[in-house]
Amino acid sequence: MSVSANQMTEEHPMEKLLRMDRIPHIWCPTCGLGTTVTALATAIDDLKLNYDNIAVVSGIGCTGRVAGYMKLDSFHTTHGRAIPFAVGLHIARPEMKTIVFSGDGDLVSIGGNHFIHTARRNVDMTVICVNNFIYAMTGGQVAPTTPLTARSSTSPYGNYEHPFNLPRLAASSGATYVARWTALHVRRLTQAIAEAISKKGFSFVEVIAPCSTLYARLNKLGSGLDLMKFYHDNAVIKHGADVNEVDIDFQSKIIVGKFVDIEKPTYLECLNEGNERVLGDKYKPWGGCNGDN
Amino acid sequence: MKADPNRVLTGSHYLDGNHACAEGAIAAGCTFFGGYPITPSTEIAERVSRRFPKVGGVFIQMEDELASMAAILGASSGGAKTMSCTSGPGFSLMMENFGLGIMLETPCVLVNVQRGGPSTGLPTLPGQADMMQARWGSHGDYEVIALAPDSPQESFELTIHAFNLSEKYRMPVLIMTDECVGHMTEKVVIPPADQIELVERKYTKKKPGEAWPYDPDDDGISPLLPVGKGYKFHITGLTHDERGYPVITAKAHEWNVKRLMDKVNDHVDDIIWLEEQDVDGAEVVVMAYGISSRVMQPAISRARKEGIKVGQIKMVTVWPFPEKRVRELAAKVKSLVMVEMNLGQVFLEMDRCAAGKCRTHLVGHFGGTVHKPDEIYDAIKEAVK
Ligand code: SF4
Repeated sequence: MSVSANQMTEEHPMEKLLRMDRIPHIWCPTCGLGTTVTALATAIDDLKLNYDNIAVVSGIGCTGRVAGYMKLDSFHTTHGRAIPFAVGLHIARPEMKTIVFSGDGDLVSIGGNHFIHTARRNVDMTVICVNNFIYAMTGGQVAPTTPLTARSSTSPYGNYEHPFNLPRLAASSGATYVARWTALHVRRLTQAIAEAISKKGFSFVEVIAPCSTLYARLNKLGSGLDLMKFYHDNAVIKHGADVNEVDIDFQSKIIVGKFVDIEKPTYLECLNEGNERVLGDKYKPWGGCNGDN
Repeated sequence: MKADPNRVLTGSHYLDGNHACAEGAIAAGCTFFGGYPITPSTEIAERVSRRFPKVGGVFIQMEDELASMAAILGASSGGAKTMSCTSGPGFSLMMENFGLGIMLETPCVLVNVQRGGPSTGLPTLPGQADMMQARWGSHGDYEVIALAPDSPQESFELTIHAFNLSEKYRMPVLIMTDECVGHMTEKVVIPPADQIELVERKYTKKKPGEAWPYDPDDDGISPLLPVGKGYKFHITGLTHDERGYPVITAKAHEWNVKRLMDKVNDHVDDIIWLEEQDVDGAEVVVMAYGISSRVMQPAISRARKEGIKVGQIKMVTVWPFPEKRVRELAAKVKSLVMVEMNLGQVFLEMDRCAAGKCRTHLVGHFGGTVHKPDEIYDAIKEAVK
């Protein structure tokens, strides 16, 4: 290697996309979030997008902190409301890429209603959901994604509620792109995020990621590294899998891959076409408010 | 900046308060409306949904009020002038992201067409019992601006004014109207666009890399940073510093919250709008806002005819409360009377500011209907004793 130790510490390869003045981040060692953020940054870099034209919106939770670390126009909103905030932002600035990056509790528990309706409308945005099966920021409580029998601080004798199958939820609500990867599948995850960002319509990427501090500890699964090993041994790549068959049980096989990739007019296309059809010349098409609106 | 003539329905119209409010928003340049149906506010959303496609703008019926409020903050962050409307139960849901709007300092307008509460209460009948919720409904310490129109004409005018205040002070502004004004149909005169003055959003003059989202000018108000222009700024509902970065310390919190309070408190003379009549030399001053300020009129006229020296104050703005003025008056008059369609909300502020210097009287009402003039007249008689 010709790179000296000195040079190596000088610049993080993703410095252009990270707020280095906010590093070190708050996440625990071996948490899956760092990898997922790297995947997003790499995807943005690979796509050669104009960084000025990307907005990241997060809700609340460990994953909710992502917006704060991305050197992009970034919004840290309220618990569960990242998606509706992003809906407004997208409508005002449709030329921008709007990316919602948040956790499972945020997006599909408190924000579940927004998730399904925004997918239904096919609003052109990308939702990246880091699913660590637990409410991490608040100390490890049961989530709508916690597998049956898994323990959390509020399911101390094991979870007895049926969890959501997020790809099925997204697909049945109307998403045009649905993929699931784990934090281990860095290359494929990066590619999926890039595809999702490029996809017209509501695109959804679920990332199964280790919460080393809470989920792993409460369930005696070892460290984050042990969970990565578990993903290595138990993730099964099945592109095009029927979303009805990708449920996740406690420490079961995890089916990953790209499940949905379809074409469908977006919310704004439908809005403009629908109004034009009826109003003709009287309709003032909506193109956002970057110009003279 | 003047209003866009294509958006202003100049002329004389016969409109109810809700329709007039929608026209005010359109004239003010509102281009994004996130709403959710709820009686008795829905006509605002309906009118906007009909008119926006022809003047430029997106109406979106969100999945609930939580989403409506979040969406208008997002769209405003994207550069749009935005509004939502609701009533009691929806207002409760919106309080969550109203607080976010306060914290992010996002300009937008929220209309509450008040009905009787608590809970589902009286969906089709008027109330003014959300006034303290308007003041304190979201958690934490903050200041608000709330306007109370008394007629369809004022619904039009005050909606424009609310947009102007929201842009000037970079914050959500409330219009606290009620079912009575919302559904009352009267003549509304909409002036030519060149007579409608609009406040333009203040964006930073600094370059990307040099500007932060909470870097106030001398007036205490921070210019906004535009999205998509390379500023790559961050804003958060967490306590933050001038960079918009979360800082979880008592010191940062004081800096943050104090600024939110100061930007209103330092400009109360500009914000507070009272319409006073016969206050000088009055023995009794009757205060009211919104529909109650019209309802009090016959009782005041009757008392005046009988030789009672009654002054009146219509509070066009209810929040911030006209603390200074009430203190002045309390030192001069026998009694202050508050007429409101609740069981004593803004009255509590009046009473606090009177600080025992004069007597205070509440003419409260459970809501569902406006006051009877006799109740107000009797209160004036009592107050002058
Ligand atoms: S608590 Fe869990 S999810 Fe949160 S930072 Fe730590 S490991 Fe990651």
